[in-house]
Amino acid sequence: MATNRRTLLKAATALPALGALPWRHARAQAAATIRIGVLNDQSGMYRDISGQTAVACARQAVADFGAQGFTVEILSADHQNRPDVGSNIARQWIDRDGVDLILDVTTSSVALAVNDICREKNKVHLNSTAATSDLTGARCAPTTVHWTYDTYMLARSTGGAMVRAGGDSWYFITADYAFGHALERDTGEFVRQAGGRVLGNVRTPFPGTTDFSSYLVQAQASRAKVIGFANAGADTTNCIKQAAEFGLTRRGVKLASLLMFITDVHALGLQTAQGLVCSETFYWDLNDRTRAFTQRVLPNMGGLRPAMTQAGCYAGVLHYLKAVQDMGVAAAKASGVEAVNRMKAMPTDDDAFGPGSIRADGRKIHPAYLFEVKAPGESRGPWDYYKLLQTTAAEEAFRPVAQGGCPLIRA
Amino acid sequence: MDEIFGIPAPLLFGQLLLGLINGAFYAMLSLGLAVIFGLLNIINFTHGAQFMMGAFAAWMLLNWVGLNYWVALILVPIIIGATGVLMEWLMIRRLYKLDHLYGLLLTFGIGLIVEGLFRNEFGSSGLPYQIPPQLSGAWDLGFMFLPVYRGWVVAFALVICLATWIVIEKTRLGAYLRAATENASLVQAFGINVPRMVTLTYGAGVGLAALAGVLAAPIYSVNPQMGSNLIIVVFAVVVIGGMGSILGSVITGFGLGVVEGLTKVFWPEASATVIFVIMAIVLLARPAGLFGRA
Repeated sequence: MATNRRTLLKAATALPALGALPWRHARAQAAATIRIGVLNDQSGMYRDISGQTAVACARQAVADFGAQGFTVEILSADHQNRPDVGSNIARQWIDRDGVDLILDVTTSSVALAVNDICREKNKVHLNSTAATSDLTGARCAPTTVHWTYDTYMLARSTGGAMVRAGGDSWYFITADYAFGHALERDTGEFVRQAGGRVLGNVRTPFPGTTDFSSYLVQAQASRAKVIGFANAGADTTNCIKQAAEFGLTRRGVKLASLLMFITDVHALGLQTAQGLVCSETFYWDLNDRTRAFTQRVLPNMGGLRPAMTQAGCYAGVLHYLKAVQDMGVAAAKASGVEAVNRMKAMPTDDDAFGPGSIRADGRKIHPAYLFEVKAPGESRGPWDYYKLLQTTAAEEAFRPVAQGGCPLIRA
Repeated sequence: MDEIFGIPAPLLFGQLLLGLINGAFYAMLSLGLAVIFGLLNIINFTHGAQFMMGAFAAWMLLNWVGLNYWVALILVPIIIGATGVLMEWLMIRRLYKLDHLYGLLLTFGIGLIVEGLFRNEFGSSGLPYQIPPQLSGAWDLGFMFLPVYRGWVVAFALVICLATWIVIEKTRLGAYLRAATENASLVQAFGINVPRMVTLTYGAGVGLAALAGVLAAPIYSVNPQMGSNLIIVVFAVVVIGGMGSILGSVITGFGLGVVEGLTKVFWPEASATVIFVIMAIVLLARPAGLFGRA
């Protein structure tokens, strides 16, 4: 029996690794082909904000652009939120499959790893879903464009609004990896600048934490007025659900869901989520252009509405293809740095984000919106979840270039 | 008195209680695994997926059929248990004569497929499921604020664990089960339909997982990966308790819940690892587990 058990245990530990084998893609032959690799979470907790929906949005961009003189091929793979898996796929794509642009890259830890690879290989890294502001700060690269949002923008928009509403003492429940740390750091700075205090924090293991009650009770014991959730996806929905269960909000504690997507609101249901505020840069029902874009991609979305991150994949690819058209396929394929420089030189305009631009540090800037989740009675139809509270102008929504510490700017 | 090891006493008591609540889930899940392993010698890696199916089945009953939590508590274990019976009858029974590894591979594979199918259908963000109105609200215990629902989970899980233990250790049916574990052909010679008993045992184990899923639905996010997050920890619990030991898995389940709860206060970053560290130590000192027979 004893030996049997050991064999079983060994097998049990080895099994999850089997899932890590990346899917191989056949290498297309044509030379005048731009290859875009969508690298994101397709099976884990961030699947609904990236996943195949992001791939569908990238395809929509290709269709809307209607490239002439060159073809665009889209690959996709699941990095399972693991930096090692993500790095391996990125290297294989660039070295073996001739990928020119790596798109989306959910999960900050994976994004930072892929960022270094793209810099080394001179390929474009167009990031939409990772949140860490380090991508355009200390770790910025001439090959990177960070499209949709970042931790600084969330901290300023949601954090700033909470402090203005009187929430001057904070306690953070933070996912213990690059993203959580960055979000906590950026929000903490805002709180302190506004004269507030950070009373404490707790770092929760990521991924794999489902019960947050212990951390919520610790947060409550700190007597902070605001509990900041520096996490995302199922972590955030579990936190909100369990905070309601433990009656935190009923006793006057405010919850700051620093990063919450429309898919999270959908998962919570309006009954639980009503009244929460969150910041996004895209909402499907914001204006005529966003509604038009949503109508076009909807048939390929499997019942979901695009989150801002997936809209970012659409807009980013569209702008990249415009730059490729402008500079020529051969030049764009030859140098990721040149392609990104061209993207920075051209103003952006698309249905999802409207007009905007990309700064020298790789930060795409556009307005940020602070939304409040509607009460069940206010919602007029499926996915009618947000009402707009305030808009932060593009120039103010993101961290000023000089404060980021991006080496590209100093040079 | 106010502080113990630098932690305020009320906070510490609160954490002990919360640990016990998480332990209730570990105990219920490891109980099903222990029952299945004890009788079938199958390491049921589909257990996490079956826990998840239980939570989803509760959601489906509510949203598609209009049946509430209390009905789900009874119906879901039966429905999901029936899928277990079908699975045993169609596939698992073909593997009894082979090495353990084949059973493990089959159940792990089925678990992945089930999880994938649910993810395709429902996405990964999860679905809302409210706490039943009779169990909403909370008690103020002085040292902490205890949601009524959590108290219900602990009480209910204790009753189920005790009932399972009594059935297996103290009843005639349990005696048949234990005898069949020792020597199946001899029991069959006495006129007892062992294959049917084995099938139903698997169904019952799966039903326990589904029941835990219904209990979890109102407090955890109902999403396809909710089972895989728990299942590895639960396997560690079973190994620490001793494979196949009913009492061992229950006591270890609650005990490790408490240990994990305390780790969340003293060293939160290590709370995901502590159970595996204990597992390594236990395997070195007592390879058969705390309550297992060597």
